[in-house]
Amino acid sequence: MFDKTLAELSRALEAGETTSVELTRAFLERIEKYQGELNAFITVTADEALAAAQEADAKRAKGEAGPLTGIPVAQKDIFCTAGVKTTCGSKMLDNFVSPYDAHIVEKMNEAGMIMLGKTNMDEFAMGSSNETSFFGPVKNPWDTSKVPGGSSGGSAAAMAARLAPATTGTDTGGSIRQPAALCNLTGVKPTYGRVSRYGMIAFASSLDQAGTITVTAEDAAMLLNVMSGFDERDSTCVERDVPDYTKTLNDDIKGLKIGVPKEFFDDGLDPQVAERVRDALKVYEGLGAEIVDVSLPNLGLSVPTYYVVAPAECSSNLSRFDGVRFGHRCDDPKDLLDLYTRSRGEGFGDEVKRRIMTGTYVLSAGYYDAYYLKAQKTRQLIAADFTRAFEQCDVLMGPTTPTAAFGIGEKVDDPINMYLNDIYVNGVNLAGLPAMSIPMGFVDELPVGLHIIGNYFAEERMLNVAHRYQQETDWHKKLPSKFA
Amino acid sequence: MALKPEDVKSIAHLARLSIREEDIPTYADNLGRIFDFVNQLEAADTDGVEPMAHPLNMSQRLRADHVSETDQRELFQQNAPQVEAGLYLVPKVIE
Repeated sequence: MFDKTLAELSRALEAGETTSVELTRAFLERIEKYQGELNAFITVTADEALAAAQEADAKRAKGEAGPLTGIPVAQKDIFCTAGVKTTCGSKMLDNFVSPYDAHIVEKMNEAGMIMLGKTNMDEFAMGSSNETSFFGPVKNPWDTSKVPGGSSGGSAAAMAARLAPATTGTDTGGSIRQPAALCNLTGVKPTYGRVSRYGMIAFASSLDQAGTITVTAEDAAMLLNVMSGFDERDSTCVERDVPDYTKTLNDDIKGLKIGVPKEFFDDGLDPQVAERVRDALKVYEGLGAEIVDVSLPNLGLSVPTYYVVAPAECSSNLSRFDGVRFGHRCDDPKDLLDLYTRSRGEGFGDEVKRRIMTGTYVLSAGYYDAYYLKAQKTRQLIAADFTRAFEQCDVLMGPTTPTAAFGIGEKVDDPINMYLNDIYVNGVNLAGLPAMSIPMGFVDELPVGLHIIGNYFAEERMLNVAHRYQQETDWHKKLPSKFA
Repeated sequence: MALKPEDVKSIAHLARLSIREEDIPTYADNLGRIFDFVNQLEAADTDGVEPMAHPLNMSQRLRADHVSETDQRELFQQNAPQVEAGLYLVPKVIE
């Protein structure tokens, strides 16, 4: 059962072919077996999961089950979970037991889903390789000497090895799509404001968005049906009806206009990845879609813009970690300043400190206009490029990452090189658009992803486009042999 | 952009971060490279461009100013490093 999709598990539960307790046990056993090798989890909530599974089975026996009742899920450790340690991958929160549930956790619990545990991640979601976690790096199940991507690397590794049938992630600058691409999964970042950020530990509030990492687009649709929607506790959550994303998956895509930005095929792109994109576009042409050449002339500005805006917002958001109300506190502070500086200096890792300092600098007196204000202007140019491109097409496509997974330790001393790995994904967050990555084949036995970008609130169409590809191909069904 | 050790110390102070003396050269080098990298933005023509305030160009939703939270002080203070009589304890601030 471990290699089934959510949709298949939902049908199996409905048909009485399995129970939630049986499924939950099976996944917990796989976690126990592979955790040592992959380090995909920070916390495993086995006892709570089994108790919840029994409840789910009882609910089903009474005829009260929904499509996701009794199905296990692993939550990225950035989402607050009541009574369960919520670390955000940091020493700073190693002792933090959340007093409440994040909005999406609440929604998944209401739907009867069973939380298996909390997945590993880059510290405070700052990283593209899952190497900045206080709890150690996560290994890519396709090749354990490679990174799984980040920051949702634990969720991606857990999914790729099928230690859970569904996982959640967050995407501030590609943190769902990039690991999904490097681990052969379907990763969806909804439109900014589509899913409530309540209880999701903040990194960069104008960019952060919660989403899913699953096997198929259909599974993502099932989860987004539950996660999306208005929540007054997030002031940027958009009041807008949520369609049933599963209803339109099979819609015809004949005449669909696929925009292919030429800037996605730059010198940094591995020619083999480019070839896989062209193969995928051929599949779409076979389905009656039309390829349109488009341009995003300011795309090259997206990474430098991102590395002003995101650190600026992070330096502000992370000022709450002061060693007073929660989180790490240093021993024997001699005064209040010493308490703040040492608690933060000890509690945060190198990459987080680097970003806080970058943000502090770009927001400081005398530099604000040159950096932050300038970046919010270039951000406007980047967003306007996308708006213009969408006048010519329905979706945009390209590679998710320039290369397949890189080696653990390979880029850790070179922040700029690491940042440039997100060159195709950062722009989407700056513009606030929905986007996803789906499996599109392999380069030297490592998976690579097709990036699909939708127009604002056009998740329905984007999922439909991804689903149709997955009906024609079986890349998403491939499992790393060691975990099959 | 070459950062001097004093620059790193001053940024760290503004950010309320203690950093070890021996790590300063690495921060100076890394931060210098990051600032060089983001300095590319200088060349972009942004004359007459409004800075983005919200990715969807929406304005902030407001709510009525009434109490909507219940008092959960004890629950929340379970995560505090040091409390006494319902108060968070910090080193003496006023002599």
